[in-house]
Amino acid sequence: MSSVPLAAYLLLALILFCIGLFGALTKRNAVIVLISIELMLNAVNINLVAFAKYSINPGLTGQIFSLFTITVAAAEAAVGLAILIALYRNRQTVNVDEMDMMKR
Amino acid sequence: MLQISWLIPLFPLLSFILLLIFRKSRSEGTAWIGVLLTGISLVLSVGIWLAVWQGDEIKTEGTWFHIGERAITMGFEVNPLNALMLVIVSLVSFLVHLYSKGYMHGDERFPVFFAYLGLFSFAMLGLVLSPNLLQLYMFWELVGLGSFLLIGFYYYKPEAKKAAKKAFIMTRIGDVGLFIGMVLLFWQVGSFEYDDIFASVQNGEISSGMLTLTALCIFVGAIGKSGQLPLHTWLPDAMEGPTPVSALIHAATMVAAGVYLVAAMYPLFQASETALTVVAVVGGVTAIFAASIGLMQKDIKRVLAYSTVSQLGYMMLALGASGYVAGIFHLTTHAFFKALLFLAAGSVIHAVHTQNIEEMGGLWKKLRLTGLLFLIGALAISGFPLLSGFFSKDEILASTYADGRYGLFWLAVVAAFMTAFYMFRLFFLVFTGKPRGNQSKVHESPSVMTLPMIVLGVLAVVAGYLNTTWFGTFLSDYLAKGPVELPHGDHHGPGWIPIVATAASLLGIGLAYLIYQKETLSRSWLSRMFPGLSHIIYNKWYVDEGYDATFVKGTKGLSKLGVLFDRYVVDGLVASVTAGVQGLAKAGSRLQNGQVQSYGTAAIFGLVILLLIVALTGGYFS
Repeated sequence: MSSVPLAAYLLLALILFCIGLFGALTKRNAVIVLISIELMLNAVNINLVAFAKYSINPGLTGQIFSLFTITVAAAEAAVGLAILIALYRNRQTVNVDEMDMMKR
Repeated sequence: MLQISWLIPLFPLLSFILLLIFRKSRSEGTAWIGVLLTGISLVLSVGIWLAVWQGDEIKTEGTWFHIGERAITMGFEVNPLNALMLVIVSLVSFLVHLYSKGYMHGDERFPVFFAYLGLFSFAMLGLVLSPNLLQLYMFWELVGLGSFLLIGFYYYKPEAKKAAKKAFIMTRIGDVGLFIGMVLLFWQVGSFEYDDIFASVQNGEISSGMLTLTALCIFVGAIGKSGQLPLHTWLPDAMEGPTPVSALIHAATMVAAGVYLVAAMYPLFQASETALTVVAVVGGVTAIFAASIGLMQKDIKRVLAYSTVSQLGYMMLALGASGYVAGIFHLTTHAFFKALLFLAAGSVIHAVHTQNIEEMGGLWKKLRLTGLLFLIGALAISGFPLLSGFFSKDEILASTYADGRYGLFWLAVVAAFMTAFYMFRLFFLVFTGKPRGNQSKVHESPSVMTLPMIVLGVLAVVAGYLNTTWFGTFLSDYLAKGPVELPHGDHHGPGWIPIVATAASLLGIGLAYLIYQKETLSRSWLSRMFPGLSHIIYNKWYVDEGYDATFVKGTKGLSKLGVLFDRYVVDGLVASVTAGVQGLAKAGSRLQNGQVQSYGTAAIFGLVILLLIVALTGGYFS
């Protein structure tokens, strides 16, 4: 069980985070962007759990924190999707490129 | 009496101001303002001259301002030389005012013309009264302004506009020389006062090289104003102005200001042999050079203009050859007979409405009085015996000979011959022979024009007796009382000089008679003998063309280079700066595109860079 080293977790988290970042920055579909953000959050969760187990003072704090994160992420996804739908109703698009009202 | 001499220039100034106020007036009675006020100046000048003749002198000055320790003064001075100038200037000015009343009849800007005449008279009288160089310089420039305004009086004629600009620029070249000389003197002496300058010249406080330099710089000013050789081209062009102006400014007074300047600064010139030689050579060469051009001109006023240049050269020659009295004497007589000639020419132009002598001819019967007066003037300038020009020219020749400048002496004799020839060529072509142009409505000028001419005619005859060996040398005794120590007393060369001078003048008159009156010799006789030379002379020695090819083209080329430099270097620099800023701004605004994703990318990159720095430097705290 404990044969998996910390570095493997961190590497996995890194890869996940990079994929998420890449998706968040490059995908044009807002839904995919939201999913990518979820990916990044989950990469962070892996980190938290991994450190909770393997750090110098192992404890439950990290795991509890990741539970919180999952909860908040769920809420965020709900709110994000709601905003998306509202936007879609207003502008008939979920394309991130076309959501540049800040510029106008 | 002398205390009020500062009032003399103020009357013409008053006339200038009053006439400017009435400049919209259509009444030609406004001329009387100018005539009356210059008349008062004339009366005062004559009174002062008489007082100076008795041996009076005055110099009054007050401090104007201080430069460091030095006080710059302002005031007026009356000595024999400038008292004489006062009379000449105010007399000619008065007569020209009177004459213009008739000549300018019907002009739209009648009062303005008289206003300008007033301004000029004010400046010229002020120039003469100045006791120091700085004050002289101010009036010197004002005189130039007056000349500019009057040459360009017919500003709607492009030639007049060009001539006015040319006169202003050419004399300005000379003025720069004068200014440099003035500043050099101030540097050396610490004062602009004539008296202080002469004192330190006498005490040998200025090194001889500096002395020559300053004298030459001041002479450059005189060259510009008096139309001497390298800078003479403006004077013939200045004939575009109304004829009374030519008589007043470009014959009798302003152009004589250069001669006056040299005379007023004479102790400075006397101290430098080189400077005197330069003055004499420039004068002598100008005399014959301008006379040669005068031989072939076709415009009546241009002939007179070149004659003026030539006669001014004579005066310079006299001054350079230590003939101080001779120079001033010729200045005086020349002022009278040349003003007379110009006024007579104006009367002819007034009658026939052309300036081309080829279109005149046979006017003797129609313009009896003008013709007679023109003849008197022509005889006087030719040096016909017993008229004024004879005595003054003779004196110049004598002093040139006595000074040992034999080459210049013979040059002057030849110039005298040419003078006689071209004056009588003019006379015969204008007044005798058959009419060559339309002369249907030719009539003698009104008396307001002939009267000044008669006065000048009388003076042109008698002014010579101011200084003769027979009746007394009044003028030289009078000038000897002035501040200038006259060079060696006896200036009377060998007795054959008057005979040579008379012979030269009679020969010139005779030749002109043969060619233009009797027509025994063909008119093209001389030009056929020297075809190349006559071509060059006809084109005025190509001086204007030469200046055009060198200075004008040079300046234009230089300014073209400047334009190129400005367009490509300066503008390029500016454009590249703006392009740089614009590029930066464009790059900046491209970042602000409202796309969340690109903002995110930028943030990530920033973060990565920060992390890299931390990783490489090991962080801030370690």
